[in-house]
Amino acid sequence: MRRLIDAIPARGMSRRGFLRRSAAAAGGLMVALYLERAAGAAGNAAPAAPAAPPDAFVRIGADGKITIVVNRVEVGQGVHTALPMILADELDADWSAVTAELAPVADVYKDPVLGLQMVGGSSSIANSFTQYRELGAKTRAMLVAAAAARWRVPPGRCRTENSVVYGPDGQSARYGELASDAARRPLPAKVQLKQPSELRIIGRRVPRLDGRAKCDGSQKFGLDLALPGMKTALIARPPVFGGTVKSFDDKAARAVAGVLDVFEVPLVHGRGVAVVADGFWPAKLARARLAIEWDVASVEHADTDAILASYQARAQRPGTVALAAGDASAIDKLERDRTIVAEYAFPFLAHAPMEPLNATVRFDGDRAEAWIASSGATMDQAAIAEVLGVAPAKVTCHVVFGGGSFGRRGPLDCHLAREAAALAKHRPGTSIKLVWTREDDIQGGYYRPMFVHRVQVGIGAEGMPAAWRHVIVGQSFMKDTGLPFEPFLVKDGVDALVVEGTVNHPYTIPNIHVSVDHTKVNVPVLSWRSIGYTHNTFVVETLIDELAARAKVDPIAYRLRLFRPDVPRFISSMKLLDDKTAAWRAALPAGHALGVACGMYNRSAIACAVEVSIEHGKPRIHRATAAVDCGIAVNPMTIEAQVHSGFVFGLTQLVPGGAITIKDGIVQQRNFESFTPPYLADAPLEIDVHIVPSTEEPTGMGETPVPVIAPAVVNALAALTGKRYRTLPLVTPL
Amino acid sequence: MTTFQLEVNGERRTVAVDPSTPLLWVLREGLQLTGTKYGCGIGACGACTVHLGGVATRSCLVPISLVGDRGVVTIEGIGKDAMGAAVQTAWVETDVVQCGYCQSGQIMTAVALLKARPAPSDAEVEQSMGGTLCRCGTYVRIRAAVRRASSQMK
Repeated sequence: MRRLIDAIPARGMSRRGFLRRSAAAAGGLMVALYLERAAGAAGNAAPAAPAAPPDAFVRIGADGKITIVVNRVEVGQGVHTALPMILADELDADWSAVTAELAPVADVYKDPVLGLQMVGGSSSIANSFTQYRELGAKTRAMLVAAAAARWRVPPGRCRTENSVVYGPDGQSARYGELASDAARRPLPAKVQLKQPSELRIIGRRVPRLDGRAKCDGSQKFGLDLALPGMKTALIARPPVFGGTVKSFDDKAARAVAGVLDVFEVPLVHGRGVAVVADGFWPAKLARARLAIEWDVASVEHADTDAILASYQARAQRPGTVALAAGDASAIDKLERDRTIVAEYAFPFLAHAPMEPLNATVRFDGDRAEAWIASSGATMDQAAIAEVLGVAPAKVTCHVVFGGGSFGRRGPLDCHLAREAAALAKHRPGTSIKLVWTREDDIQGGYYRPMFVHRVQVGIGAEGMPAAWRHVIVGQSFMKDTGLPFEPFLVKDGVDALVVEGTVNHPYTIPNIHVSVDHTKVNVPVLSWRSIGYTHNTFVVETLIDELAARAKVDPIAYRLRLFRPDVPRFISSMKLLDDKTAAWRAALPAGHALGVACGMYNRSAIACAVEVSIEHGKPRIHRATAAVDCGIAVNPMTIEAQVHSGFVFGLTQLVPGGAITIKDGIVQQRNFESFTPPYLADAPLEIDVHIVPSTEEPTGMGETPVPVIAPAVVNALAALTGKRYRTLPLVTPL
Repeated sequence: MTTFQLEVNGERRTVAVDPSTPLLWVLREGLQLTGTKYGCGIGACGACTVHLGGVATRSCLVPISLVGDRGVVTIEGIGKDAMGAAVQTAWVETDVVQCGYCQSGQIMTAVALLKARPAPSDAEVEQSMGGTLCRCGTYVRIRAAVRRASSQMK
């Protein structure tokens, strides 16, 4: 989505335009302050139920409690804490009085840059930083104006600190006391934002606002939703993607106590049979008793062995040009010992967020209500409306907490929302919670696509790359979809999300040719945290490591020498890594090796070094050190958490059980017994994170760490074994 | 449908369900104790871990008919126990959680570990905590929080 972020403002969706528009939508008052006025005396703790305007971002109660509304889903990335921090800082709020809540779907909560309510491409903090600062500063200005009017002093002579306005003559008033007056003040047209040195909450190590609730069982996720009369639905899905139902016998299924209905439903790919029951267990028992005759004859039966062979053949020829500079055919004139020819293979990967997919919809004839942990909330609302045949505004859509996503809750075809809406349409008036079992999730597609790369590198003076010819073969989940994103991402037949990490690599390579062959395969694919970088950074960083090893140059020094001068964040993060790892690199125990890799996502750069040995035939990661340059570190604790998280998630690429394979159309993995992502022992024993000090705007940290860990680890393995690991996942014992 | 008597978090509860219903779904849908999570349904991820008769148990694998008179403690009740409260506090102070979905299971597993081994070695932590999946990858902080809880209970 990175290019989308650059591209959309050019269409007129500027931040300023957004603010004007949302101000109008909110009746001239964008920052809706209002008093949660207690019916009785001041200090009465029981507030009247407030009628929250849907466009409110901040509410200040008479008791001083501040509620900040977060305009995107929380799936573990920490936005539910970071965005309130940004607003609260400009508000000069007492942080201990701040709570956060997730916004429902509404125009006012659309991303000010993307024009959609969504999470993607590590854009949340980058795109809403100024928005939330301005919201905080405007709210503060209104509180100051209210106090100044009360005291008959110029607002400019008042100051604020920790939810209190102070006047010039010793006056003071708490925000809670001022909130109702402040709500009647005009919305300031312009506000002065703080200088970086004036920030008080941004940059602090702030524990998550949802930390306690996620440790005592009280945090509700979508799957925990309980509504009056709610029913649970499971869908029997075709064994081959796109298959349909020839016939089915539901007698045994309907005999299960608690089963209410069994019926055929349309899916985005093919058709299925839904079971609606009083709860999950009767639904699951009944689904297992369905006798379905599937029609899979007319759909392609994908097979990963066959796909691999076909991709390897296609990689021998150049595809559609993504980047051409200089003359890459210089490679053909070099002697064999001055070239590297490397072929890589990457499998399908599942996201497998811990909370299985679910969505709840109730259709009331002319309107509907929905609950979904959506990373594409505007699109999911529209999809539900389309299935039900009502206008999107008639679908009240609640964005609920999600148990992980990693790209999985941002389906571009909105299949989950469409399925849930189809079930609701079949039984109007009933709230139906659609659940994907773990088996549905692992076998259900929407994977990171398979890729094959073929790269030829010509080695020039001092072991530096003189020429680079690179062919990428694999599916695009964007090309030929007709989605509104497509024109921004697919240009001249090249999907930017497939080649990112190669065409924008940070190195001085005078002659380079990158091309791509977009394939069509009957396996639904989707963005997987850090998207194209997952495979491209692996290829680039393992080859750079091989070049450094051949040149007998330290891998950090080699990269610092090879970086182009116009990649300052690669340089700053690599220099910080060099500094922070100098001591342990110099004291590696016998049998341990260093591995290095670096990368960038959304202008946030990361350099990573790992210390690895081989235990029981498997890599043991004793330590990982990360240095990042991501602009202002809004919450260093979140950045550290995202680096931990990205590293472990990135290791999904390496662990032997992390891949999805398909035989004659059938996915071979079923659940976590056969698809085994990284567990605790697979993760680094320690991770230390260092942040380059910066006063530049923040640029996100959700995806940046993901692509670098796998190449860093295999670069260390190469140092230990002398082998290069170009087919993922790893085959163990090593 | 059969009626079962259960002791959950120190309270007597009655449910009427199919005898094959896993304890997980009785807790979540019968008793509205939704802190115990469904992650895989086959005992492979640990998100549904509760204490059954004092033993850390994957509630998705235990049909209600086999619970008998063993008391059940869930994430909602573990804070009443001194070790449970210490582990929850250590988890909050270490800022372990991200999406948080697996953390009930992580905490219930850690409490059982520390009750059996108040000062576990790194290898024991890895062995005990090594089977509970976290896709957010909070493992480094889980190790740190177990150490923190252990030292606070000394």
